[in-house]
Amino acid sequence: MEAPIRATEFLRFTLLSLLFFVCRSSPSHDLLISNAERRIDLTSHIVKVYLTLKVENAGSTPTSEILLAFPPTQVDHLATVEALVTKGKRKKTTLARLDVKPTELPDAPNGTKYFTIYLANPLNSGESTTLEVLYLFTHSLEPFPAEIGQSESQLVYYRDSALILSPYHIKQQTTFLKTPSTKVESFTSMEPTNRAGTEMKYGPYEDRPPYSFSPILIHFENNSPFPVVEELVREVEISHWGNLQVTEHYTLVHGGARHKGVFSRVDYQSRPNLNGVSSLRYLLARLPPRVHSVYYRDEIGNISSSHLRTDSRKSELEIEPRYPLFGGWKATFVIGYGLPLQDFLFESSDDRRYLNFTFGCPLLDTVVDKLTVKVVLPEGSKDPSAVVPFTVEQHLETKYSYLDVVGRTVVVMEKKNLVPVHNSPFQVYYTFKPIFMLAEPLMLASAFFLFFVASVAYLHIDLSIRK
Amino acid sequence: MAAPESSAAAVPTLYTNNALRNAFGGVLAFFILLLIGVMAFSIRLFSVIKYESVIHEFDPYFNYRVTQFLAKNGIYEFWNWFDDRTWYPLGRVIGGTVYPGLTLTAGTIWWLLNSLNIPLSVETVCVFTAPIFSAFASWATYLLTKEVKGTGAGLTAAALLAMVPSYISRSVAGSYDNEAVAIFALIFTFYLYIKTLNTGSLFYATLNSIAYFYMVCSWGGYTFIINLIPMHVLLCIVTGRFSSRLYIAYAPLVVLGTLLAALVPVVGFNAVMTSEHFASFLVFIILHVVAFVYYIKGILTPKMFKVAVTLVVSVGLAVCCAVIAVLVALVASSPTKGWSGRSLSLLDPTYASKYIPIIASVSEHQPPTWPSYFMDINVLAFLVPAGIIACFSPLSDASSFVVLYIATSVYFSGVMVRLMLVFAPAACITSGIALSQAFDVFTRSIKFQLPGIASKAEVDAAETSSSTAEAQNDVVKAEKSEETSKNRPSKKSKKKEKEEKPLTKAKAEKKRLLALPLDSSVISLLLLILLGALYVVHCVWAAAEAYSAPSIVLTSRSHDGLHVFDDFREAYAWLRHNTDVDDKVASWWDYGYQTTAMANRTVIVDNNTWNNTHIATVGTAMSSPEKAAWEIFHSLDVKYVLVVFGGLVGYPSDDINKFLWMVRIGGGVFPHIKEPDYLRDGQYRIDSQATPTMLNCLMYKLSYYRFVETDGKAFDRVRQTEIGKKYFKLTHFEEVFTTHHWMVRIYKLKPPKNRIRGKTKKSKSKTSTTSSRAKRSGTGKKNPWH
Repeated sequence: MEAPIRATEFLRFTLLSLLFFVCRSSPSHDLLISNAERRIDLTSHIVKVYLTLKVENAGSTPTSEILLAFPPTQVDHLATVEALVTKGKRKKTTLARLDVKPTELPDAPNGTKYFTIYLANPLNSGESTTLEVLYLFTHSLEPFPAEIGQSESQLVYYRDSALILSPYHIKQQTTFLKTPSTKVESFTSMEPTNRAGTEMKYGPYEDRPPYSFSPILIHFENNSPFPVVEELVREVEISHWGNLQVTEHYTLVHGGARHKGVFSRVDYQSRPNLNGVSSLRYLLARLPPRVHSVYYRDEIGNISSSHLRTDSRKSELEIEPRYPLFGGWKATFVIGYGLPLQDFLFESSDDRRYLNFTFGCPLLDTVVDKLTVKVVLPEGSKDPSAVVPFTVEQHLETKYSYLDVVGRTVVVMEKKNLVPVHNSPFQVYYTFKPIFMLAEPLMLASAFFLFFVASVAYLHIDLSIRK
Repeated sequence: MAAPESSAAAVPTLYTNNALRNAFGGVLAFFILLLIGVMAFSIRLFSVIKYESVIHEFDPYFNYRVTQFLAKNGIYEFWNWFDDRTWYPLGRVIGGTVYPGLTLTAGTIWWLLNSLNIPLSVETVCVFTAPIFSAFASWATYLLTKEVKGTGAGLTAAALLAMVPSYISRSVAGSYDNEAVAIFALIFTFYLYIKTLNTGSLFYATLNSIAYFYMVCSWGGYTFIINLIPMHVLLCIVTGRFSSRLYIAYAPLVVLGTLLAALVPVVGFNAVMTSEHFASFLVFIILHVVAFVYYIKGILTPKMFKVAVTLVVSVGLAVCCAVIAVLVALVASSPTKGWSGRSLSLLDPTYASKYIPIIASVSEHQPPTWPSYFMDINVLAFLVPAGIIACFSPLSDASSFVVLYIATSVYFSGVMVRLMLVFAPAACITSGIALSQAFDVFTRSIKFQLPGIASKAEVDAAETSSSTAEAQNDVVKAEKSEETSKNRPSKKSKKKEKEEKPLTKAKAEKKRLLALPLDSSVISLLLLILLGALYVVHCVWAAAEAYSAPSIVLTSRSHDGLHVFDDFREAYAWLRHNTDVDDKVASWWDYGYQTTAMANRTVIVDNNTWNNTHIATVGTAMSSPEKAAWEIFHSLDVKYVLVVFGGLVGYPSDDINKFLWMVRIGGGVFPHIKEPDYLRDGQYRIDSQATPTMLNCLMYKLSYYRFVETDGKAFDRVRQTEIGKKYFKLTHFEEVFTTHHWMVRIYKLKPPKNRIRGKTKKSKSKTSTTSSRAKRSGTGKKNPWH
């Protein structure tokens, strides 16, 4: 008896929702893109795409939502999408950041994924606006051949579409690709296609209907190392005695073409330009200024090959792994440093304290597959809350450190697929009473006191049976 | 200081004076001991400050790994641990073959700290275990020497031990080895033995057994205790010093101690079955016989006693002969006469080099040279004889023990350089006694020569004392001199002190007669202080320069600053991260412990040299030509071969220099490896005069593969010569990793060739040569310069 009712309900619901979506999404198709220019930077292993869209509202109703479409294969590697709108006329243009959120649309062809850009002011009919969109892909350069010897250079594939995937009609579009060197093995041609030096130009293409797609494949040399941090755990420990201790555990892998066969040190040392060009020799970490007691070690001890340069604005830590990393080789290490607390801890207007620290990985040009940031609040702090500029998974933990009794609250934030763009500040708010700072010194003092009392008592009490 | 004479009339003043002085002396001694502990700890931190907080050398890595396992899995898992990552494919029962004292100690410290929420890592705890226990050892030395010759000697000995280079060499921070805790256990066991001997207290006797148990847990050197104490007991009996105190000191130790020792899995039934322990049982029997005889003597009349003696002796002799015959037969039936190889090489110093090359190959099992005595105990070498003489005046049970201890340990240290460590505490104790007695005599002379300005002299002494630790002890000792000299024979009891007061004056008169001239005693005092200062300077130098290097990191100073050679860890880290978890790594056994601990890979042989055949197999592979070696390694499922090569940077303890031992050990089991094949006219060389066997063996090839391309001449900086064979190819191995300074080279075994059906042997060999030629041309193509 129940089943038919349910079926009809379901049918009604789907019909309703379909109707709703048709109503909702149909005006958006009145938008059209009069001009699109895309610049794809392939020089490092993070693919940067700068998209300039001139959007025009050809419909009758004002709209404030603009959709960006991505093929499902790219969306998995998409690290970040940012949209900026140019304001003002001619000379006094300023850029304003817009909200971008992933959106699900029911009638997406071939599993296309969408992001919606929310305009600050609705776009009235007939008006047009220029959007600057930046998005980054990780793990999008596929090494081919997948395994190379020590003296070979690294060749990679990049797959994309010559036409910009968009739910809107695009009147005119051009795509520029920048390769790291002039050495390009092959590329898909789609007239008009030009190649000059390190730049390739696809287009201009005129009047393409929505969801136009034309796959291209570029095979080129990219000898930059592909440093990928598979897992990074950053632990930020706040001590109200004036120190902020940061400990970062890295699992680093060279994500490029896998190393095959022999590693010969003599070749590597005598001809560094020809041998192991894509190997990862050193990494640069940009740390906050006034950093102190920096260490760089792994599970078997200190790694002596690192240099720290500090000036008033920033500190740079140059680290070499124990051995040069060839494709597929891994290394794990820990970087730790202390920072003066007053640079990062502030009091908010409502008497709470907040830590203002950088999210993301301090290593330059590095992809982080999984990042866990743990903020260890001092013992006795309450009501923690984190403010992060992007979505992260959050939960709380308890950690017991030096002489803790109730344990310290740890705010844990996790995020996958990070690029250096994510190195933006985040805040953790909490309340803390300074009296808790004295708990541990008092505990120690009383322990010593008791010890002395016990000693005095022992010396003055005669426990012997015989008198 | 002048108080004793003047206050004889005013008894109450004297009494309060003395009490105050005793209290003051006690507090001072306590603080001096505290400072000695701090010094013992901090002098061992040079390695952490100059290098880093890291585990040193080879064996400590194994102990560290065991401790990690213990901390992670708990004690029950630890006892049952079968380690399949070593001695592949045999494995090793760690729980039953390891002396667990050190790991249990460090594991307990770690657990305690963590339960107090002090999150120190296991590594940190392991690194600092040795310095902590050396502080304990110096306190134990104080207690032991105090029992023998009073507080002053105790403090001096403790200060000497806190910084004796021999002990520092085994207990710097990071040197996480059995000896680190064992020396403390050794001294403490001796202390409790002496304490029991002096007091006759069963409480101390029980503690003594427990301390002995801890020693058995910690180190194989416990056999030294279980042989030395019976020797002393025997000495006491022979010299007519038998007493009930001796019985209480010894009998519980044998019974309880043996029972407890048998609880340790690695000892087990060895505690009653091996010859190392027989002496203790024999003396145990003798002690009872003697005790019985004394008892009989007490209840019988002298005449009856004589009759009984003749009766017992005639019967007893017959029984003894029978028992001894059976014992001899039993012992002789076992091939090693019931003795372990290491013990045998102690009794017969030439034994190891004749029969067991694997024991002889270890540098710490070699006899020491004279300079190493001076290096390790420095001025103590001159003070020891004086200390022995001081022990004889007067000879008590305790001081005879010290004499026996030093005599035996001098012998053992002469056999094995490693046992210098047992000798060092004895040297410190006797030197402490000597120094303290000398100071005693000189300060007393000065005091009696100058009764008027005695108090001033005391102030002077206090001022000069602040410079060195020995001098500080001198002050305490000087204060206590009266007391210690008085109750030396009977050691204890404050009550007696009061009764003996009338004697003081007579004694003082006697002392005055013994006094030395003022100027000579002042000069001698200054010279002694100078000697002490020299010792301190030497110890600090030894701690800072000679014994702090962790040996896994090497540094060298050149004109352009400090250069760090961190190649070992580079290689181990590479193995850890870039090879499969179950890959087997073959190397000479020296690097076994480090490979399992740092690289976490399965090894074929390691530093626990329990299976000679297995080691010989690896030695044979290293000394065979490439193909034979490949077959041996392949049969052992080995995937990587690791060699240590110092020729590029001049690191002398590399595999080429150890190679003759590989040949010897390999040849001991597999006779087709003959040492003369590797020697040209009895000389070991790798230059153009080397034998073809040498130039074609695997070790040579793996060490020098493509070495010529570094400088064009292939000049080996360790051997100071150009190598014999410069250009060659590897057919069965391929280089997969070489560290920055070429100190560690890792090769991978090539997979076996596909079998080509229907081809004759000849054509197969032809294909292999063509393939190698093709390979050569291939590499030539890659490197147009060669």
